[in-house]
Amino acid sequence: MAYQIVVCIKQVPDTENLTGEAMKEDGTVNRAALPAIVNPEDLNALEMALQVKEAHGGSVTVLTMGLPSAANELRECLYRGADRAVLLTDRRLIASDTLATSYALSCAIRKTGQPDLVLCGRQAIDGDTAQIGPQLAEKLGLPQFTYVEEVREVGPDGIVVRRGLEHGFEVMRGPLPALLTVTSSANDPRPPSAKRLMKHKKARAAGELGDGAEQDATALRERDLLIEQWDAEDAGCDLERIGKSGSPTRVKKIEGVRLASEEHKRVEPTTEGLGALIEELMDEHIFD
Amino acid sequence: MEEPKDVCVFAEVQDGQVAEVSLELLSKAAELAAELGGRVGAFLIGDSVEPLAQTLFEHGCDEVHLAERPALAHYATLPYAEVLTQMIGQAGPAIVLFGATTTGRDLAPRIASALQVGLTADCTDLQIGSHRDLAGGKTYEKLLYQIRPAFGGNIIATIVNPETRPQMATVREGVMRMAPAEPGRTGTLRRFDGALDAALFCVELLEEHRAEKLVDLKKANVIVSGGAGVGNKENFELIRRLAETLGGQVGASRAAVDAGLIDKAHQVGQTGTTVRPKLYVACGISGAVQHRAGMQESGKIVAINSDPDAPIFQFAHYGIVGDLNEVIPALIDLYKEHAR
Repeated sequence: MAYQIVVCIKQVPDTENLTGEAMKEDGTVNRAALPAIVNPEDLNALEMALQVKEAHGGSVTVLTMGLPSAANELRECLYRGADRAVLLTDRRLIASDTLATSYALSCAIRKTGQPDLVLCGRQAIDGDTAQIGPQLAEKLGLPQFTYVEEVREVGPDGIVVRRGLEHGFEVMRGPLPALLTVTSSANDPRPPSAKRLMKHKKARAAGELGDGAEQDATALRERDLLIEQWDAEDAGCDLERIGKSGSPTRVKKIEGVRLASEEHKRVEPTTEGLGALIEELMDEHIFD
Repeated sequence: MEEPKDVCVFAEVQDGQVAEVSLELLSKAAELAAELGGRVGAFLIGDSVEPLAQTLFEHGCDEVHLAERPALAHYATLPYAEVLTQMIGQAGPAIVLFGATTTGRDLAPRIASALQVGLTADCTDLQIGSHRDLAGGKTYEKLLYQIRPAFGGNIIATIVNPETRPQMATVREGVMRMAPAEPGRTGTLRRFDGALDAALFCVELLEEHRAEKLVDLKKANVIVSGGAGVGNKENFELIRRLAETLGGQVGASRAAVDAGLIDKAHQVGQTGTTVRPKLYVACGISGAVQHRAGMQESGKIVAINSDPDAPIFQFAHYGIVGDLNEVIPALIDLYKEHAR
């Protein structure tokens, strides 16, 4: 039995690898200076999708809603084995919160066909909400399995997954189609394959082509190198439900967290230095 | 139509008891409801859970909305989402709070999507305040400020839902303080009796494995944590000895857990436990953002690392550049001397 699988990915700034240039003098993060990557847990989701496809046949489509440059992240997925890539990009999608985003993604997924499985990473490292997966499942009317660490079975009886919980795990069976959110403990995502990289590094979305875009697009499509690019109308979105008007949440205020602490004492690893530290902590009644 | 004023909490049931995080949220709900001039409600779903209503009343709940039937004995997304969506519709609260547990984070977004309302996850603070929408020129009073870290812990955002109700938020355990219970306090009970479609029960639980609680990091006054820099399991003994000497618990970074140096139950960080001890000693821990997110509110942070450029030195109160294999035994001896 072959499975049509859609994996939702997100282009995120690499918040996990802060180097000197990424920090401003006041101790806050300079977001624009961070390189863009595929959200780490989305690679775990892609890996899970590829393993299901390798075991059972089918196809894996990667979908992202983002800036035009997110085509880069889609290419990263093509290098790893995805069969089809769709870029949903539109200025009118800007300022979408998770409700508007999950709505837009649900429209796009419906346009890709009738997937058997939709996989998402559990959580993105920039927004940190872990909300898209369940909200997308609700909009698609699918059963959801979050915190998936393992797919034990996929077959005519549905899907069996192991979910990792705070205090252990549980194994559940449910029908297909279904949506899974995948955690980093599920697998070790494969690196790009040299062969697929050689081929798919030429893959382009329409927005990346200059003059003569239409001819180029046709040529790319024939060679299986076209990243499909859709705007809000292509995806069938109601414009009122995307962007700011489709977003019930508003960011009132943002404050940078100072990564540098106010008091900074360098303690020498000598008897005097360490002894003074112990005394100071005792004076502050830390150990009472 | 009158503006909603009530504040409700999803009372999560774990091992036949109301989860601590739900009780913490009831305390916070009482404060918020007082500012709004409303009542505190709780949604209690399960099988044979009615006795728990008393616990909820004693922790500040005025009205328990109860949905009880055998099919609801174990949490499952579809039936719980349906029941809760209907109960929220009937109760019409201003605010609904959920613990940011695996259940809460599975359930709350599904409900927010169904109700088409805003949800903010992992709030570290909740306040009531006003908001001026510059674009529309409208001022909103008594909104819920949903305050949370984002961007891997590098920013703090304040989020509001001006137009939609209820305003929903999830909050991690240990963030809100549980007020003392008032024994004998009572409230009202409303039973949910809606029909539930059989199709909602299409997911079956096959196996459940509950891990023994190996360590309670949340209640520790002192935590000594080891990171990948500890090197091997034998060296982790040093961490244990220091923790024992100082009367604390053993923590670990994700890197140490992934390297097999110690069990996951000891993991501190964004995907482990969030802790707030008086003293946090980080040994051989680089101080990556996700670890920091789990311990940055510790009273005092002492870092021991042989790498002077380790990010942890940027936010530790005391930084010791040195070999933990020498520093830790020295600290143990010095502590014992000074403690006499």
